[in-house]
Amino acid sequence: MNILFALIPLSLALLAAAVWAFFWAVRSGQFDDLDTPAVRILLDEDDAPGDSDSNPPRGQ
Amino acid sequence: MSGCYHCGEPLPPGSDYTLTIDAEPQAFCCPGCQAVARLIVDQHLTHFYKYRTELSEKPKDLDRSIWQVYDRPAFLEAAAQELPGGEREAELVIEGLTCGACVWLIEQHVTPAPGITSLAVNPLTQRATLRWNQARTPISAILARLAELGYRPRLGTPASDLARLETARRQALKRLAVAGVGMLQVMTFAASLYIGAFKGMSATFGEFFGLISMLVATPVVLYAGAPFFQRALADLGARRPGMDVPVALAVGIAYMASVVNIFTGRGEIYFDSVTMFIFFLSLGRFLEMQARHRAGASVRAMAELLPPAARRQTDGGISTVATLELRAGDTVLVEPGQAFPGDGVIARGEGPIDATLLTGEALPRRRGPGDRVLAGAVNQGQAPITATLDRVGPETYMASVGRLLNRAQAERPSLVQSADRLAGWFVMGVLLVATLVAGAWWQLAPERALGVTLAVLVVTCPCALSLATPTALTVALGALARQGLLVSSGRALETLGQVNTWVFDKTGTLTVGDLMVERVEPMARGLDPELALGIAAALEAVLSHPLARAFQGRGEALTATDVALIAGRGVKGTVDGQRYRLGSAAFVGHTAPVDTADRTVVYLADERQVLAAFYLRDRLREEAAALVQNLQRAGQRVLMASGDGAGPARQVARALGIEEWRADLLPEDKLALIKGLQAEGASVAMVGDGINDGPVLAGADVSVAMGVGSQLAQTSADIVVTGASLAPLTRLATLAETTLRVIRQNLAWAVSYNALAVPVAAAGLVPPWAAAVGMSASSLVVVLNALRLRRLLEAPESSAAGAPADQPALAAEPR
Repeated sequence: MNILFALIPLSLALLAAAVWAFFWAVRSGQFDDLDTPAVRILLDEDDAPGDSDSNPPRGQ
Repeated sequence: MSGCYHCGEPLPPGSDYTLTIDAEPQAFCCPGCQAVARLIVDQHLTHFYKYRTELSEKPKDLDRSIWQVYDRPAFLEAAAQELPGGEREAELVIEGLTCGACVWLIEQHVTPAPGITSLAVNPLTQRATLRWNQARTPISAILARLAELGYRPRLGTPASDLARLETARRQALKRLAVAGVGMLQVMTFAASLYIGAFKGMSATFGEFFGLISMLVATPVVLYAGAPFFQRALADLGARRPGMDVPVALAVGIAYMASVVNIFTGRGEIYFDSVTMFIFFLSLGRFLEMQARHRAGASVRAMAELLPPAARRQTDGGISTVATLELRAGDTVLVEPGQAFPGDGVIARGEGPIDATLLTGEALPRRRGPGDRVLAGAVNQGQAPITATLDRVGPETYMASVGRLLNRAQAERPSLVQSADRLAGWFVMGVLLVATLVAGAWWQLAPERALGVTLAVLVVTCPCALSLATPTALTVALGALARQGLLVSSGRALETLGQVNTWVFDKTGTLTVGDLMVERVEPMARGLDPELALGIAAALEAVLSHPLARAFQGRGEALTATDVALIAGRGVKGTVDGQRYRLGSAAFVGHTAPVDTADRTVVYLADERQVLAAFYLRDRLREEAAALVQNLQRAGQRVLMASGDGAGPARQVARALGIEEWRADLLPEDKLALIKGLQAEGASVAMVGDGINDGPVLAGADVSVAMGVGSQLAQTSADIVVTGASLAPLTRLATLAETTLRVIRQNLAWAVSYNALAVPVAAAGLVPPWAAAVGMSASSLVVVLNALRLRRLLEAPESSAAGAPADQPALAAEPR
């Protein structure tokens, strides 16, 4: 069980790294907009005019 | 879906605007919505419709000529910052931005334009930072592209307080993360320690885990908990102890006692309780702050109704100056489509002036020399108007509405204060009891004094009590938001339970806020109503006031030439070689009296006779009647307060079955009406929209704003209906009742737990570790009960049918 004396501080070091990474992400603005990215992944851009079958008839 | 595919508003009868989207024919309410949708389809951006989470706003007619003004160097100088390399940077305010998918749409349609270096859109603040090269794409073209998508863009002034809010948000997010991660870590060590206490654990490990817990808990207390200590100190300095004082005391004492116990090696440690406490409180405050900021964005948008620059006329000619530089006595020239920069009197020129946002008048009114105009009102005419300003800046009417709003908001939180004070007294009581217990045990058995006192402190740690309300509210607010009800303050839900009187604004709340032709009455023999409508539509085709919009797109498709607008009376023009007039009875030479008390009537005449009368009416919202009926059936008193004339007001009241209504009310009168009702002992909920309703909303016990309405009303409102429908309001009272019931259950649990545990702990029968387990279990019960709310609130529409089925489940749940 003595390994815990090494493992727990190690986990704390990882924890500190994670918190630092989060702070960096917040500072660089990655958390400023929490709504758009959730939608963005669903909206793909390659619905180009060329790509045939799935393309809906448009206009009228 | 029965409404418009783009904006969700009900389809006007007889309209036929359709478009095939993703192989499905879709209907639209107006040419504007259809045009935006067509653009989106043509650009292959239909994913927008699939993934948007909010309906779009109905595109409004914008006068694009104002954007040409933005291209002038003098204007750019004032509104946009020049960057090295010939680029400029400006803040845009984009009204109508409703969800994340909008940002994507803008990125797809606007950003690819040549000359745009970057366009960073923030949906939270409805703002964007634009960097562009004016020589390659003028700002007017960029704004026009945004407008094509149905948004209402304008140049904003860089706001320094925005940067401050951004910093505050980021700071809170970081504190939350530290508290959350710290809590999880400390919990694992605490669990090991608790299990160790039963199963036996070597003292070395016990000490080691304790030290590690302290190591993790310290930053949580000192960094994440710092705001609580700061506010507690501020509260004490102001001699007004609020909830933060007991929180800071509980955290401080528990933390200090734990640290002491670590080093003396005796007694319990409470780092788990401390970190959990801080995390849950921070989470609640973060969500609250988020809601506040969202509301604040709208206030700033309103402040920017004022143009950033104005054209000042002096003896030496006309020069463009910043609005801030204007002084009383200055004469300004206001171009069509622009807003007046201050209050004043018209010196030269005339035209319809739109002051809807300020006064709530539904229609622009024609004003001429000698008439007063207000800052923020928009010149909707075709010609520039010159006005001499007498009040600018903080003295304007608009600024005073803002102040009224602030004052009304400041008057309100008595309920919150009393709740706060109660909690404050509770903790003070606990501290007193703890002191007495400590004193008593010190006399009886000094070696047990610390243990017992801490057991009392921990057992009564207001965790469950302070978690009871915030967790339930947090869950409820989230669930309500998903149903189109944005609740910006938790106390609104509390108050809603006591409301017995509902006051509704008329225009834009009970009605849609747009005029439409209700009936055509041919007055010449053999005239086809469709033809009459077509002629009227042709005459009004190019105009943009609400009256004209009622006609556009109706009847047979015709075109008019030589159209001339005659001040405040009507239009004349030629259709198919025949000269026509459209306007008031006097304008067309009509004398026969018609009962016009209830509605707006417009006449069409040719050169010989009157051809037809058009009866115009604002449309009722579809769900308005059902809502009013539901409220009345629930025993609520329903009133209507309208800024409009008695005629239209009576008609709407009658159609909805509202017996008490007032018309011709100014914002002050509405506020007085509400104050009067409150003086009679009523608890009033006000549903409204429009800036003029702002102070009124703030004066009510609970205020509800329609989200489609103007932005400012949202800021002072407790509850905002985000969609275009009143339907969610019908369920609001039930939802609030459910939330309150859960809160009451939580409080009852927390209080009875404490009442039971304190005497036992004070008697020295509870070892501190058991006290901690009991406290955590108590908190857990409260949190789980709150989470149940999500399921209750999101139960299907048929709440009446769902209730009986729900009841047994409730009873069976272990308490």
